[in-house]
Amino acid sequence: MSELETFRLEVRNWLEANCPDSMRTPTKGLEDVCWGGRKFVFESDDQRIWLNRMADKGWTVPTWPKEYGGGGLSKAEAKVLASEMKRINARSPLNSFGIWMLGPALLEFGTHEQKLEHLPPIARGEIRWSQGYSEPNAGSDLASLATKAEDKGDHFIINGQKVWTSYADKSDWIFCLVRTDFDAKKHDGISFVLFDMDQKGVTTKPILLISGNSPFCETFFDDAIADKKNLIGEAGKGWTIAKYLLTHERTMIGDIGMPVPLSSLALDKMELENGQLDDAMLRGDIAAHEIDAASFMFTMERAKDEAKAGASLGAFSSMLKYYGTELNKDRHELILKVNGSDAYEWEGQFSNDGEIARNWLRTKANSIEGGTSEVQLNIISKRIIGLPG
Amino acid sequence: MALVLNEEQQLLKESAEGFFAEKAPVVQLRQLRDDKSEKGYSADLWQEMAEMGFAGVIAGEELGGTGFGYVGAGIVAEAMGTTLAASPFMASSVIALSVLNAFDDDHSRAIAHKLATGAEIATLAIDETSRHAPEKTTLKVSETETGYVLNGMKTFVPDAHVADKILVLARTAGEAGDPDGLSLFIVDTGAKGMIVDRTVMTDSRNWAKITFENVSVSSDNLLGDKGNGWKTLEPALDKARLVIAAELLGVSQEAYRVTMEYLKERKQFDTIIGSFQALQHRAAHWYSELEVTRSAILKGLQAADSGQNTAWFASLAKAKASKTAELSTNEAIQMHGGIGMTDEYDIGFYIKRARVLQHLYGDFNYHSDRFAKLSGY
Ligand SMILES: Cc1cc2nc3c(=O)[nH]c(=O)nc-3n(C[C@H](O)[C@H](O)[C@H](O)COP(=O)(O)OP(=O)(O)OC[C@H]3O[C@@H](n4cnc5c(N)ncnc54)[C@H](O)[C@@H]3O)c2cc1C
Repeated sequence: MSELETFRLEVRNWLEANCPDSMRTPTKGLEDVCWGGRKFVFESDDQRIWLNRMADKGWTVPTWPKEYGGGGLSKAEAKVLASEMKRINARSPLNSFGIWMLGPALLEFGTHEQKLEHLPPIARGEIRWSQGYSEPNAGSDLASLATKAEDKGDHFIINGQKVWTSYADKSDWIFCLVRTDFDAKKHDGISFVLFDMDQKGVTTKPILLISGNSPFCETFFDDAIADKKNLIGEAGKGWTIAKYLLTHERTMIGDIGMPVPLSSLALDKMELENGQLDDAMLRGDIAAHEIDAASFMFTMERAKDEAKAGASLGAFSSMLKYYGTELNKDRHELILKVNGSDAYEWEGQFSNDGEIARNWLRTKANSIEGGTSEVQLNIISKRIIGLPG
Repeated sequence: MALVLNEEQQLLKESAEGFFAEKAPVVQLRQLRDDKSEKGYSADLWQEMAEMGFAGVIAGEELGGTGFGYVGAGIVAEAMGTTLAASPFMASSVIALSVLNAFDDDHSRAIAHKLATGAEIATLAIDETSRHAPEKTTLKVSETETGYVLNGMKTFVPDAHVADKILVLARTAGEAGDPDGLSLFIVDTGAKGMIVDRTVMTDSRNWAKITFENVSVSSDNLLGDKGNGWKTLEPALDKARLVIAAELLGVSQEAYRVTMEYLKERKQFDTIIGSFQALQHRAAHWYSELEVTRSAILKGLQAADSGQNTAWFASLAKAKASKTAELSTNEAIQMHGGIGMTDEYDIGFYIKRARVLQHLYGDFNYHSDRFAKLSGY
C-alpha cells in the first residue's frame, strides 16, 4: 500500500472514532457554523468536542506547520483528509477569517515570534479575527484609506473609521490597514497592524442589511492602541501584504464548494413530466447554470492542482472570485424561480423565517465583498491580459 | 488524478503547437479554399502528421499508435484548432478510430491499424437531417443470404470524399427514435450504389452528403452485434465529442489571442483601444470563460482515459465549449471593428470553423438537454 493509502486508512479510522454523529450532518444555516473566539457560544457539546479534537491534531489548518498549530500535512495528504471528511459528511470544525485570510498572510510575511503568538490561537479557534480594510471613502479604491496611526515609540495610536467590518462585534482582534505616512505616495504610506478590539478606543456599531441580518459593522477607533510588535512587515509596506491577503480572500469567496445541486432542489420542489422538470424553460436555465457550475468546480480543482500547497494564486484568484460569485448569484435567482411564491415568505416556520429569500439577498454581496466584480475584471485585464492602465 | 497535464503530455502539447504553427498556418486553409483544392487538405501535412504519431494518438502501440489517449488527442486537436489545420484527423484518427476501438475483432483491429498509421482514412456517417439526432436514424437495411443491402441518405459527414471507408449507422429494427435496432456497418467508398457528394461548407473543410442506393455489403461488414450499434457507438461518440470540444477551445483561444494583440496596438481617440474599460471588462470575462471551459474539457478527457462513463462529461464539455466558442468568435469580430469583417483578415475563418464544429454531433442545446437528462431531470 502506498504511503498515501496508509494515511487514508489512518484518517478514516480516526474520523470514525472521533467525529461526533451530530457533526456528520449538513449545517442548517450560518448559525451552526463554528467560528470560535472568546465570545463564541458553542451550539452543542459535540461542536466543542469536534473542534478540540481536530485542533489537537492540527487539522483545523491541515497544511500549516505543526509548530504553529497546524497538521503539517502535504497538499496530497490534506486532499485525502478533505475527501475522507466529505465521505462521512463531517462538518468543518472551524471557519474563520484567521484561517482563510490572516493565517496565510502571517505565514508569508510574519516573523517567527508573530507566527508563534497568533497562529496557534487561530488554529484552536480561541481568537476570532475581523478585517479592517474598507472605509467610508475607501472601498474599491482601498489604497486611499485614511485611518491614521501615529508612531509612539513602542506602540501606535490609531484614529479613524472602518466600515463593512464583518462580524466586528463578535470578533476579538482585528487585522487592520492604517496610514502611517501621509506624505508618501498613496500605496506607500500604508501599514498592516494587528490589535485587540477589547479596548476602550474601539467601538463597533452593527449595520442592518437588506437580508434583515446585521453581520457587519461600522468600526470606530478613538486613540486605539496597537503594540509595535504587531506591525506585520515594515511600516509603509502594508499594501503588499494587504494584496496578498486579498488573493486568499478572493479564492475563498469564489470557492462555492459543492453545494446541493440546483437540480436536486428543483426535483424536490417541481413536478415531473416524462421524467423531466415540467417547466421546460426553467429546466433549460438550470441545465445552463449547472454546466457552468460544474465547469467552474473543475476549474477550482485545476487551480488547486496547479498551485503549490498554500501558494497564492495571484491574479488568477480574481478570475475565480469573479466567476464563482456571479455563478452563486445566478444560482440563487434560479432557486427563487424553482420555489415560486414560497420563496418570498419572510417570516414564519414554513420558510424557516424566510431562509430562501434572505440567502438570496445575501448573495448580492458576493460580487461586492472582497473587491467588486468590476474590480476583479480590472485586475484580470491589467495583470493577466496585460491591457494598458 | 491531478487535473493538470503531466510532463509527457506537456511535451506533446509543445510539439503539436510547434508543428501546426510551422506546417499548417491559417494561410494553408485559405489556399486550399482559394484553389478549390480537390482533396481539401494537404497530403504532405497528413503524411507528416502520421509520422509524428498524431494519426495514431489514441491507438495503442499494438495498433501502430502512440498511445497518448484522449488527453493526447485533445492536445493535438486544440493545437489544430489554433491554426485551423485541415486534415482528416478528427474524422479518421478520432471518430472512426474510437468507434473501431470499441470492437474486439480482427477485422476492426486490422482497419484500426491502418487508420492509426495514416495508411487509410475512415469516417462516420450518422446524421440524416440538419439536426443531430442519432436515435432517429432511418437508413434502411434489408438482409440477404450473404449480407445486407443499405438504402437511404446521410448528411454532414466529415471527409467522406477522401475516405477509404465509411462507418454507417443504420436501422435494422424498430422505429425512428428507438435507440435499439441500430447497427453499424463499414462500407468501402467504392461500393456500388453509394454516391458521395462533397458539399462546400462555410468552414472550407470537407463535408459530404451520401446517398445509398441498394448498396450491398457482406455480413462481415456488420460491426458487432446487429441491433446493438448505438450501445457501442454512443460511448465512442462521446469521446470524440470531447476531442471536438478541445478543437473548439483551440479555435476560441486563438480568436482571443489575436484580439488581445489587436487591443494592445490599435489606437483611436489618441489612445490604445485596450485602455477602454468597456472592452477590458469584456476581455476579462472572455478570458474567464476560456479558463473555465478548459477545465471542463480536461476533466472529461481524463475521464475518457480512465475508462469511466463519459456521457455526462462529454455533454458538459461540448455544451460549454460551444457556448464559449460562440462568445469568442463574436467578440473577436466586434472588437476588431471593420477589419474583422474582411476576408483578408483571418478572424473570419475562425468564426466559420467554430459554428460548424459547434453543430457537429450536437450543439449547446442538444448537449444541455442531454446533460439535464443524464443528471436526472
Ligand atoms: C457582505 C460584505 C462584507 C464585507 N466585509 C468586509 C470586511 O470584513 N472588511 C472590510 O474591510 N470590508 C468588507 N466589505 C467591504 C467591501 O470590500 C467593499 O464594499 C467593496 O470593496 C466595495 O467598496 P464600496 O462598497 O465602497 O463600493 P464602491 O467602491 O463605491 O463601488 C461602487 C460601484 O462602483 C464600481 N467601481 C468602483 N471603482 C471602479 C473602477 N475602477 N472600475 C469600474 N467600476 C468601479 C464598483 O464595482 C461598484 O459597482 C464587505 C462588503 C460586503 C458587502
